[in-house]
Amino acid sequence: MTTKPKIIIGMGTCGLAAGARAVFEEAEKYIHEKKIGAQVIGVGCIGMCHEEPLLDIVMPKRTRVIYSRVTADMISKIIHSHIQKDKPEKGHVLSQMLPDDGANPYPSIPYYEEMPFNKKQHRIVLKNCGFINPLSINEYIARDGYEAAKNVLFSMKPEEIIDTVKRSGLRGRGGGGFPTGMKWEFCRKAEGSPKYLICNADEGDPGAFMDRSVLEGDPHSVIEGMIIAAYAIGANQGYIYVRAEYPLAVKHLKVAIAQAREKDFLGKNILGSGFDFDIDLKQGAGAFVCGEETALIASIEGERGMPRSKPPFPANKGLWGKPTNINNVETFANVPQIILKGADWYAGFGTEKSKGTKVFALTGKIKRPGLIEVPMGIPLKEIIFDIGGGVADGSRFKAVQTGGPSGGCIPAELIDTHVEYESLIAAGTMMGSGGMVVMDDSNCMVEMARFFLNFSTDESCGKCVPCRIGTKRLLEILERIVAGKAKENDLELLASLGGTVKTASLCGLGQTAPNPVLSMIRYFRDEYVEHIKDKSCRTGTCQALSRYIVNLDTCKMCGICVKGCPVDAIADGTKKTKKPALIDDEKCIRCGICFEKCPFGVIYTKGAKKAGHVKEGLSEVKV
Amino acid sequence: MIKEIDLCAAEGIIKKYTDGVSDLISVLQDVQEAYGYIPEPVVYVIAEGLNIYPSHIFGVITFYAQFKLKPAGKYIVKVCTGTACHVKGSERISKEIKELLKVKVGDTTGDGRFTFEEVACVGACAQAPMVIVGGNEYGKVTHTEAKKIVKKYQAGKK
Repeated sequence: MTTKPKIIIGMGTCGLAAGARAVFEEAEKYIHEKKIGAQVIGVGCIGMCHEEPLLDIVMPKRTRVIYSRVTADMISKIIHSHIQKDKPEKGHVLSQMLPDDGANPYPSIPYYEEMPFNKKQHRIVLKNCGFINPLSINEYIARDGYEAAKNVLFSMKPEEIIDTVKRSGLRGRGGGGFPTGMKWEFCRKAEGSPKYLICNADEGDPGAFMDRSVLEGDPHSVIEGMIIAAYAIGANQGYIYVRAEYPLAVKHLKVAIAQAREKDFLGKNILGSGFDFDIDLKQGAGAFVCGEETALIASIEGERGMPRSKPPFPANKGLWGKPTNINNVETFANVPQIILKGADWYAGFGTEKSKGTKVFALTGKIKRPGLIEVPMGIPLKEIIFDIGGGVADGSRFKAVQTGGPSGGCIPAELIDTHVEYESLIAAGTMMGSGGMVVMDDSNCMVEMARFFLNFSTDESCGKCVPCRIGTKRLLEILERIVAGKAKENDLELLASLGGTVKTASLCGLGQTAPNPVLSMIRYFRDEYVEHIKDKSCRTGTCQALSRYIVNLDTCKMCGICVKGCPVDAIADGTKKTKKPALIDDEKCIRCGICFEKCPFGVIYTKGAKKAGHVKEGLSEVKV
Repeated sequence: MIKEIDLCAAEGIIKKYTDGVSDLISVLQDVQEAYGYIPEPVVYVIAEGLNIYPSHIFGVITFYAQFKLKPAGKYIVKVCTGTACHVKGSERISKEIKELLKVKVGDTTGDGRFTFEEVACVGACAQAPMVIVGGNEYGKVTHTEAKKIVKKYQAGKK
């Protein structure tokens, strides 16, 4: 029970990007100036990224109240009213948490857990994120932290742990979905010593931040999961391979490892159990391919991060040729809970083949972006519409991309798909590590495929020919489609070359790189045909395949576009002519200068499909 | 005029590490932290210290996006081009900042003040599109706001 008022501020990367640091500094300054006996704490991300910066206040014996979109200038008002008068500042209040330990709730403030964003979530991995100070091991311990590690070290045999994890049904959360218990068993039974344990925190998938949030908000849960895994497989040395692009996660991990060593959870003879285990941090240096197991191992060994063929699998020949087990951050973070609450409890969530919960980063054109954790098997519809609130700005939901550059998209008509490993693969995509990027009608599916291919081509390590050259050729085809220079049979070429790259590439990067293109062709074939045959981009995204239109009603007749146009394709549009600008589509070379120069944003793009004259207050276009 | 490179810092860094080649990436990261980039003469010092070939080190440096063989500017301007930022228009932000700074991706302005980079996801997707200038994160920026932010640094107000 809190004795002193607590001010809790979300200081994850997303919170900081929204301006949490200024809020934190102002809160500290204010309580110092006014001599208020309150404590200001920075916590990790609670998941409600759309309401950042978040500031929570807990008064002694009262419920925790959450304020959203807080700026520094609101601080004095909020603290004055809430802490000094015990009256939550109604203007900025978002919700309050359900009372625990007999805390007294405030009247007429909705409960956090009952908000649409939270109602369908179930938090196992994220249970501490946003609730504890990630820099304090004591706060982790106070919430049953390191209990599971103690249990296994003193009362479980390694085989029992493996059996528990197997029965829980936990599968790799990095994307592959391989059963974790089996992976541990392979490594335990593999001959050779020493054995190594690696935590893959190289979350390179653009559009995903699950692992970052766990590492920033609850680093000890990952360390504890690793201790349990190490004991199960018989490893005495572990590594966490974390992206250098996540400086805050690196910082929190460093602090957490040092604290765990101090408290005797890491090091020689842990808590007197006779088991030795320590963890070193290795920072990645910006290579997406290092998320692949064998490439990651090469990187830890100080080599270029290039994958090698499997088998031998890392369980037999991994780091320095020794048996090695690699799991993802989220996988490890699940383990302590499974040990504490039992395999049956965990297997109670999810579906027959996909157990437990999964963390997703919900982003893109969604009303409520954020970090969510849901039971496996939940219909996609509930994630997008109930939790995410649907598409932002009232436009139409078009598709959601899962699995990043290795995955594919799920179109609006398959919105009832249940989110589990197998059903996503059947839909032509994959679970991936958990990125979900929502797209609306304004997103061009050819351009999106080009974007992903561009990423994969950049990140291809160059070792095997199908990936190195195949992705490049795929990209070139997409680039010419987008530029309006498509050839008749490009669609067939994409499909056949994509198939070859998938089959013949050495590692997961190449084997999955064509997925976005293939899945977008599968569901949005019409759009591809329009780009290739009609030379039109219906969303107006592809510059060469769009026409520029001036909104007649809002044109201010400033003349800037007229002056800017390099081919004199714009008539009128000046104060002299007293007529709004008019773009001659035949003269227009689609350079986009007018669009960029217009200070009032009244020029927009539309598909170039011949539709005669455009009316309804738009400038007439000669086509 | 070629500036003399002080190799003492590099020698100090190498001494902290004892595992040979497997420490290479950590050593390079520390060196880059200390010098702002990896000066060529330092590569030979590392080669000797870790007992590996300089060619191996150049291989590693050029493989990973993080390492730079040229000095970076005072401020590193990063535009996130991850998927979430991309669907929210990061391409235009990148284009306009490039024009403002008159540089290509990965290059540094003539006055040595700004290095422009594109990064594939900083993991703050809910705040997309993201721009990071001199280590400070700016979320949900429009292209005009992004330009204003960079201009502020140009004017030395930040």
